[in-house]
Amino acid sequence: MSAPLIELEGVEKSYPYFRLEGVRLRLEPGQVMGFIGPNGAGKSTTIRILMGLIAQDRGEVRVMGCAMPREQAVAKRDIGFVSEEMRLYGMASLDWHMRFVASVVPSWDSAYAELLLKRFDLHRDQRTKTLSHGQRMKAMMLLALARRPRLLVLDEPMTGLDPVARQELLSELMQVVSDEQRSVLFSSHHTQDVELISDQIAFIDRGRIIESTDKEVFLDRWRRMHAEVPSGKSLPWLPGVVDVTSSGRVAVITTKAFTNDLPAFYEQAGATIREIQHMTLEEIFVAEVMSSRKENHA
Amino acid sequence: MNSLFIISQADPRPMYLQLMEQICQRIATADWPAGFELPSIRALAADVRVSVITVKRAYLELERQGVIVTRQGKGSFVAEGADVGLRLREQELEDHLKSVAALSLLLGVTPEQLDARVRVLRDELTREKS
Repeated sequence: MSAPLIELEGVEKSYPYFRLEGVRLRLEPGQVMGFIGPNGAGKSTTIRILMGLIAQDRGEVRVMGCAMPREQAVAKRDIGFVSEEMRLYGMASLDWHMRFVASVVPSWDSAYAELLLKRFDLHRDQRTKTLSHGQRMKAMMLLALARRPRLLVLDEPMTGLDPVARQELLSELMQVVSDEQRSVLFSSHHTQDVELISDQIAFIDRGRIIESTDKEVFLDRWRRMHAEVPSGKSLPWLPGVVDVTSSGRVAVITTKAFTNDLPAFYEQAGATIREIQHMTLEEIFVAEVMSSRKENHA
Repeated sequence: MNSLFIISQADPRPMYLQLMEQICQRIATADWPAGFELPSIRALAADVRVSVITVKRAYLELERQGVIVTRQGKGSFVAEGADVGLRLREQELEDHLKSVAALSLLLGVTPEQLDARVRVLRDELTREKS
C-alpha cells in the first residue's frame, strides 16, 4: 500500500471565536474524500492548513509526504487547489491564464484543457472579470484539472454551478480517480454530490471531526425506524439513538448504530417495527448536527 | 453522458443495491453471458459517476452470491451457471414476503392465518393449471 496523500494528526488552531481541535484526517491514493459540515464548522480552516496557507498551532500535517507548512513549495507542485476565495487576473482572458499555467507547470495537458473548455462551456477569450461566479469556478477547475495533479483539493467547488455544470464536474472528478494514484478532497454543501462520488466522508462540526470513515459503512449505520408503541409502554434508549420523535402511538427512531438485531430489541420492549428506512447523507447531516447541538444545550 | 447504468438518488435503496440489480439484469437478459468480463471497478465508477467504494461493494456482494467471480489481477467475470434469472425471482419472492410480513403485522394477521390463506391461493393455482 502506498503512503497516504493527506495525513493530519492532532491538528489545533485557535482564533478568538473559533477553535480547531484534535483534527485527524487521512486520505489514501485513489480515493475521493467528501468533507462536510455546517457553516463555520472549520472546513475552510482545515483546508487552508493542509494547503500550508496558514500554520497550525499544534499537530502534524503531511501532504504527499511533505511536512506542512514548511515544505509546501514541494507539495504544491502536484496539488491542484481551487477555493471560492481565489481570484483570477480580471483584465486577462482565460486563454492568458491557461498559457500562464502551462508555462510554469510541466504536467499541463493542453489537449485536456481544450476538452474541458468545451465541456464547461467556457470562452477562452473572455476577460475573467466578466465571468459569472459559476463560470469563474469552472475556469478555476479547468486550470486545476488540466495540470493533472496527483491531489486535487477543492473548497466548495460546486457552489454556484448549474446542474449541468455540476454533472460535468462530477464526471471529471470521477475520471481523476480512474487512476488509482490520484485523489480528490472536496468540501461541499451539496450532500447529494458528496454521497454520490465520495469513498470517504469526513464530517466536521464546531472545529472537531465527528466522523471520518468509509462512505458505505457510514451510510449503513444510519437508519430510521418507524415503530408502533402500545400506550403505557416506553421505548428503551439504546446506544447510538440520536432521536426519537413520538406522535400518538407512532414513534420514529433515528439511530447511527444500526445492527440487524436492533429491531428485535424494540420488539422485545413491546414495540412493533413497521418500517426501516435508509437515510440520505443530507438527512444524516441534519440529524447529526441537531443531535450534537441538543447535547451541547443539555 | 451515456452511462451503462443509472443510479437514482430518488430511489430509497442504497446505491450499491441499485447497481447490483442493474448488473443482474444484464446477466439475466444474457447481454452479459457467462464468462463475460465486467468493466473494472474504477472504469465502471467513472462511467456511472458513482464512488469506487460503492462499485467495489456491489462487486463483492455479487461475488458472495456467486453471480460473478473475481480472479486476482485478471478482473471480474460473470460466473458459469450463475442462474441469475432464478436469483432474481428469488429476490422478488423475498421482497413480496417482506411486504406480506409488514402488512400482516399492520392488520394483525397471524402467521397461521397467513399460512392458511397462502395454501388456499396455491390450491387455486394448481387447480387452474391442471
